[in-house]
Amino acid sequence: MTTTDPGTEAPVAEIGRDRRRKEDQRLITGRTRWTDNIVLPGMLHMAMVRSPFAHARITGIDTSAAKRTPNVVDVFVGSEVADVQGVIANAWPLNEEQKTPDHPPMAVDRVSFAGEIVAVVVARSAAAARDAAELVDVDYDELPAVIDLKRAAADEVLAHPDLGTNVSSVWTLDSAEAGSGGNVDEVIEEARANGILIEREYRQQRLIPAFMEPRSTVVDPTGEQVTVWSSTQIPHIARFLLAATTGTPESKIRYIAPDVGGGFGGKLQTTPEEWLTFLAAKRTGRPVKYTETRSESLMAAHHGRDQWQRLTLAATKEGRVTGLKVDLLADMGAYIGIVGGGVPVLGAWMYNSIYKFDAYRFTTTQVLTNKAWVDAYRGAGRPEATYAIERLMNELAAEVGRDPLEVREMNWIKHEEFPFTTVAGMTYDSGNYEAATARAKEMFGYDELREEQRRRREAGDPVQLGIGISTFTEMCGLAPSRVLGQLNYGAGGWENAEIRMLPTGKVEVITGTSPHGQGHETAWSQIVADRLGVPFEDVEVLHGDTQVSVRGLDTYGSRSLVVGGEALVRAADKVVERAKPLAAHMLEASPDDLEFSAGRLQVRGTDKGVSIQEVATAAWAAHDLPDGVEPNLDASASYDPVNFSFPHGTHLCAMEVDTETGGVKMRKYVCVDDIGNIVNPLIVAGQVHGGLVQGIAQALWEEAVYDDSGTLVSGSFVDYLLPTAADTISFETDHTTSPSTTNTLGTKGVGEAGTIASTPAVVNAVVDAVRHLGVEDIQMPCTPERVWRAIHGTGSGGETTGAAAPHMSPETGMQGTVDRTDGASEGGTQ
Amino acid sequence: MTRINLTVDGQQVIDDVEPRMLLVQFLRERLGKTGTVVGCDTSNCGACTVHLDGTSVKSCNVLAVQAEGGEVTTVEGLATDGRLHAVQEAFRECHGLQCGFCTPGMIMQSVDLLQENPNPSEEAIRLGLEGNLCRCTGYHNIVRAVQKAAESTSSEHPEGVGA
Repeated sequence: MTTTDPGTEAPVAEIGRDRRRKEDQRLITGRTRWTDNIVLPGMLHMAMVRSPFAHARITGIDTSAAKRTPNVVDVFVGSEVADVQGVIANAWPLNEEQKTPDHPPMAVDRVSFAGEIVAVVVARSAAAARDAAELVDVDYDELPAVIDLKRAAADEVLAHPDLGTNVSSVWTLDSAEAGSGGNVDEVIEEARANGILIEREYRQQRLIPAFMEPRSTVVDPTGEQVTVWSSTQIPHIARFLLAATTGTPESKIRYIAPDVGGGFGGKLQTTPEEWLTFLAAKRTGRPVKYTETRSESLMAAHHGRDQWQRLTLAATKEGRVTGLKVDLLADMGAYIGIVGGGVPVLGAWMYNSIYKFDAYRFTTTQVLTNKAWVDAYRGAGRPEATYAIERLMNELAAEVGRDPLEVREMNWIKHEEFPFTTVAGMTYDSGNYEAATARAKEMFGYDELREEQRRRREAGDPVQLGIGISTFTEMCGLAPSRVLGQLNYGAGGWENAEIRMLPTGKVEVITGTSPHGQGHETAWSQIVADRLGVPFEDVEVLHGDTQVSVRGLDTYGSRSLVVGGEALVRAADKVVERAKPLAAHMLEASPDDLEFSAGRLQVRGTDKGVSIQEVATAAWAAHDLPDGVEPNLDASASYDPVNFSFPHGTHLCAMEVDTETGGVKMRKYVCVDDIGNIVNPLIVAGQVHGGLVQGIAQALWEEAVYDDSGTLVSGSFVDYLLPTAADTISFETDHTTSPSTTNTLGTKGVGEAGTIASTPAVVNAVVDAVRHLGVEDIQMPCTPERVWRAIHGTGSGGETTGAAAPHMSPETGMQGTVDRTDGASEGGTQ
Repeated sequence: MTRINLTVDGQQVIDDVEPRMLLVQFLRERLGKTGTVVGCDTSNCGACTVHLDGTSVKSCNVLAVQAEGGEVTTVEGLATDGRLHAVQEAFRECHGLQCGFCTPGMIMQSVDLLQENPNPSEEAIRLGLEGNLCRCTGYHNIVRAVQKAAESTSSEHPEGVGA
């Protein structure tokens, strides 16, 4: 037992291997545990009655017919449960001045968006509940609704009259005030006199996360702890907030996220539906299930983006950027969600991106409207920022008359300058923009495609070629708790991991992250297998159940690996430390003489050693433990990051634009991402591909459209245009590696990179294809109609209007572009 | 209530159902075949795709009574004798799934696609999967998986039909 088996070879490193996923067996055979699959004895089902009006006073609700219906067990309305239903919390009040409307799970006397819940029906079957919901008779007095973001900002009609304004909050970051750079107004005046000034206004249309699994909640009130299963990204945070807002002791709630079918930020929320299912179960004393329909999901789950971006970029005549001024209007919808107000703020550190600017000022104004609430959607603030700066860098290049990659290189941080503190005050850990760009150009065939573009322009080809560039960076690893505290966020940003060394030599890993498609069970197994030298197959990863995973802050913001992975490393290292005294005892050696390698504790310079599993078994048996050694090797660790990590990459996109029809077609997409060290290249590739398509979809297809009365027109998958396999192409991806210096594994996070980078690459390509026709902007999504109008708006060489965002300088007198929320048909000239 | 008699994943079942009950509801709620899932209300997403008499259908778009006398195969009935179907294997091998919610429908549609066309081009695969939505993978690895399944099937049966 105490000598090395000469046949044992050092195991192959797991980190870096393209392991097939442990999760897949159950998913490809249908042996899944989606929340909606859960069936319990005596379980009841819920249906919601939702407001058809965007803004209305509830003057009466008659539930008598519904209550008389056979198989209906309970019907309740907001006024009956106002004191016990809890509230939907805003966890990120940006500052003391923030105005936040009360957000009861169910409206009590007034509804603020179409889709808000006004009554709940509980019945023996889902069909009976829905049938009875049709019989609930609600009387409304319609109130004036404010739908358009800019009109809301003018405060003419109020989304919540009691607040006295639609402005929820204003938040500013100024490099001169912060001491991280100069005064932006001074550099703008200098550029106006002697350099180049680019002023633009861009629209970030409203998007819907559209995870494939509709949200579902099951609550079982039997037993000492009420058990909540929910399709959520945040079981730990939801448990805390459910307790905090309903007065239920936290210890009486068990929250479980079973198999969760995607989230993309859309399930980073505590929802009215969860709170009301909890309430229904408590009222009836029976297990209750609620599963939303897709229409309900699109209408009432939170949306993403929805901003106007006013941007002023100052540069020298040669194209060196001297300053950037950002002024955002951000539509919050009817309520401030869990982190809704903070999403635009997350962009504050990213508008300067990979570049060295002298001065910077960022202001964002959060505005309430009578539409579905807006909160995190993949990237959350960073895609908007990346879009703006990457579009502007192309505009600058056009103004200077140079290749947009050259202008970027003139401005970006050189690889030898890391760590680099930016004008926004962030310290970037590592990166090499030159290397990623060189590799991307080579894979793309950049020079050849530029040459083809030139030929087709000169020949007047009706189908023009455009090349789009996005050299993005982002911040991952939410987040150092002290930073979150400074930003007035309601919680910390640490993560927790626990490792249990079982007496049979198997290993249980408990993580506080909560995966919903990312493959943590596989990647975490790889990390632990390497760190403890145990077989990959012997590691079982447990998550998502607060009875098992006691501590955690869940999964969002590309944090799981960079924060949760580091917690895992530290827990594993603690296991080894705990094993040393017993191993030394077993080997009759001093603990100081032991070294740990490939799963064995070995007496340095000898062949004497024991495996970590053998030590675990000996600890469990406890027959011969040294004094003070406890009978297990289990360990846990909580890790609070010291900094964010900053992945980056160069994305190149070739688009063909039919100038006669406005139709666009993607021809090639190449990306080279530097995300630090990679644990599992297969999983990383999948994250990149999926992220790319979500970003491309913003550029080309998706938009949540409201009509003038505040009804979501794109309220089903017939109208909300998710891309299909037939709309997309295969991608060419590669990586450069600059290991992160902020965590042991050197990882940086990849969950959002594709989405953040791809949107401007695509729009830049579309605009690049028709820039010679006088086009400098096309509003997203770049539909054939918009592209055609941009080309043909005022003739081939004239200024574009209507579908294209005009220059916002006072001389042109243009008031920005048509907002699709005004009606989809108004794409024309103004 | 209407009595229906059909075969699901090789097993004969008889039940009384409301005429309005959808096939997907019957599979999930009556038979516990929860591998087949519901992703939308408008037959756009294809997550509920099963085979009815050998052809893929969206089971949210078929009434249970319409399956009377039919033979239904769900993702749970695809493996035979404990051996995964080549398409299931290929989805795992090529990382053609992430959250896995669209996967049952995606796999059933891919099987159908390969039955019709054992050696599809990339374009044919993309068109053949147009009725199935995935939000995680960007379709890239799903296309790879179908290509791989086609290769492995044709290498098992070099004289493959329609090759």
